[in-house]
Amino acid sequence: MLKVEEHQRDLAETAEEDETGGVPWFQRFMERIGALWTLGVLVVLIVAFGTVAPTLYTKAAWLATASFAVEYLILAIGQTFVIVTAGIDLADGATLGFSAMAGSLLMANMLGSHDSGGLTVVAGILLMLATGAGIGLLNGLIITKMKLPPFIVTLGTLTAVTGATDLLNNGTEITNLPGFVTTLGTASVISGWLPVPVLVALALALVFGLVLTRTRFGLRTYAIGSNEVAARRAGIDVDRHLVRVYMISGLLAGVAGLMVTANFSSASPIAGANDELYAIAAVVIGGASIFGGRGTIFGTVIGTAIIALLTTGLVLANVQPFWQQVAIGAVVVGAVAVDRVRTVVGTD
Amino acid sequence: MDSGEQSGAAASPGLEQPVLEVRGVSKRYGSVHALRDINFEIHRNEVVGLVGDNGAGKSTLVNILSGALHPTSGQILVDGAPVSFKSATDARDVGIETVYQDLALAPDLSIWANLFLGRERTVSGPLGWLGWLDRRAMMSRSVEDLDRTKIHIASVSSRVGRLSGGQRQAVAVGRAVAWGSRVLLLDEPTAALGVEQQAKVGDLIRTVSGHGIPVLLISHNLPQVYELCDRVVVLFHGRVIAELRPKETDLDSIVSWITGSAMLAGKTAR
Repeated sequence: MLKVEEHQRDLAETAEEDETGGVPWFQRFMERIGALWTLGVLVVLIVAFGTVAPTLYTKAAWLATASFAVEYLILAIGQTFVIVTAGIDLADGATLGFSAMAGSLLMANMLGSHDSGGLTVVAGILLMLATGAGIGLLNGLIITKMKLPPFIVTLGTLTAVTGATDLLNNGTEITNLPGFVTTLGTASVISGWLPVPVLVALALALVFGLVLTRTRFGLRTYAIGSNEVAARRAGIDVDRHLVRVYMISGLLAGVAGLMVTANFSSASPIAGANDELYAIAAVVIGGASIFGGRGTIFGTVIGTAIIALLTTGLVLANVQPFWQQVAIGAVVVGAVAVDRVRTVVGTD
Repeated sequence: MDSGEQSGAAASPGLEQPVLEVRGVSKRYGSVHALRDINFEIHRNEVVGLVGDNGAGKSTLVNILSGALHPTSGQILVDGAPVSFKSATDARDVGIETVYQDLALAPDLSIWANLFLGRERTVSGPLGWLGWLDRRAMMSRSVEDLDRTKIHIASVSSRVGRLSGGQRQAVAVGRAVAWGSRVLLLDEPTAALGVEQQAKVGDLIRTVSGHGIPVLLISHNLPQVYELCDRVVVLFHGRVIAELRPKETDLDSIVSWITGSAMLAGKTAR
């Protein structure tokens, strides 16, 4: 009995030692503040750009930044789920373009034949969501059934879907859309401060943030990314779960396609091109590990905000626009480097 | 049947049914006999060691018991009832829980999440249908489960990746016990651990068997097997060559059975 008590005390002591002993203070500090450091970077950027270009603190600048962020945030939410499972979805930008074109083509044709506005809009939106989810389903099935790496599979679908998008309308854009689509892009609440697309993106972030942190689905998403063998041994149907995660990413690309179409009142075959790079950057800046198991929607929102702010901030500060991508690239590498320092302490 | 079995029955008084019984199990790959006619039993409160040199058939036997392999012939009985497994899940369902060397824990998840992974609890009502987790219930149940196995860790919200090797072992064993296992199979639990951590795992095994859950300990760590086990089953070339009681024998003689030199010397332990 005495020995057992000793054993308990030893274990408790070891636990404390593990949390503090031998870890440099800087790393302990970084670990403790967690993803909050990205929020700090965002605040610093807001203050810095605001000092250089006070026009940043105007309604127009806010609306430009927020509207710019919408498509990337919606894609990045799905990308967060995928990256947390240790996967990647390179096809989400292409999926955005394809689903927007497919839905718009249907709407344009229905408008031409019989002009029942409501049905046309509903059918078009549903087709966008369905094609998005469908491409996600295809990605998920190829990855899990053929056991191929997500990077290669989604690189393939990225290329194929991009080509298919041009096939839809011979590479030209679609402009004759129902009036509701335009309204969706221009309507706003709170006396013009909150455009509907921004509201939709934030609502999606809230809902999927709760799904990831508070539900069984979210917990299993982390588990698969953290240790797939452990997840399988725990009786989780890993393949089915992964298919669903890629479907979420595709579905959200469809939603983003709708928002982009609404924003421009037209569907362009080049919409969404290269968006996946910004979406992945936002997720990584937000503190997700590309090796899976870690990442939050909150971090992704901050990461997207940093990218959007860099873009409008540099424009307002009259910096040559070519510097935008240089700056974003530097922030991505910086974020990964900081993450490395933050988690290098015997965590894996 | 044989002397080893009889003294085994004497240790668990009365004619108590063995919790796990392996009856005439063989495994053949074509003409190769990986296992031949394996017989042994594990009773309540017992810690039984399974030892043997590399290639003696230990992992084949463990894989059969944990449901990963099918025996070519023979039977496995749990509490007297014959069982047959199609997968590791089937073995777990009848109460045979295996803690593998790699522990199968998710380092990025908290202790409570690891304990409940795959059988998460959700809140009641509409939110529950959507899979809303009942975190509070799982956390408090985790504290109870770990207390019962005398595992004390600062907080069940700690990430498993932050724990020491011995603590991770404790969490993995705690999970197996919490999942209501009737027999615990520990596959090389101390292979990756330092001396101090090994001793802690030893204490853990005693606590678990003290709760009435028998343990089958598969290990290369012979001093630990000798110290912890009530009986030691020695495999040699796919057969049970000896069943020894550490109380009645010494470490050297266990080693001589493992290497086969005892057999050559004409000793008998069966």
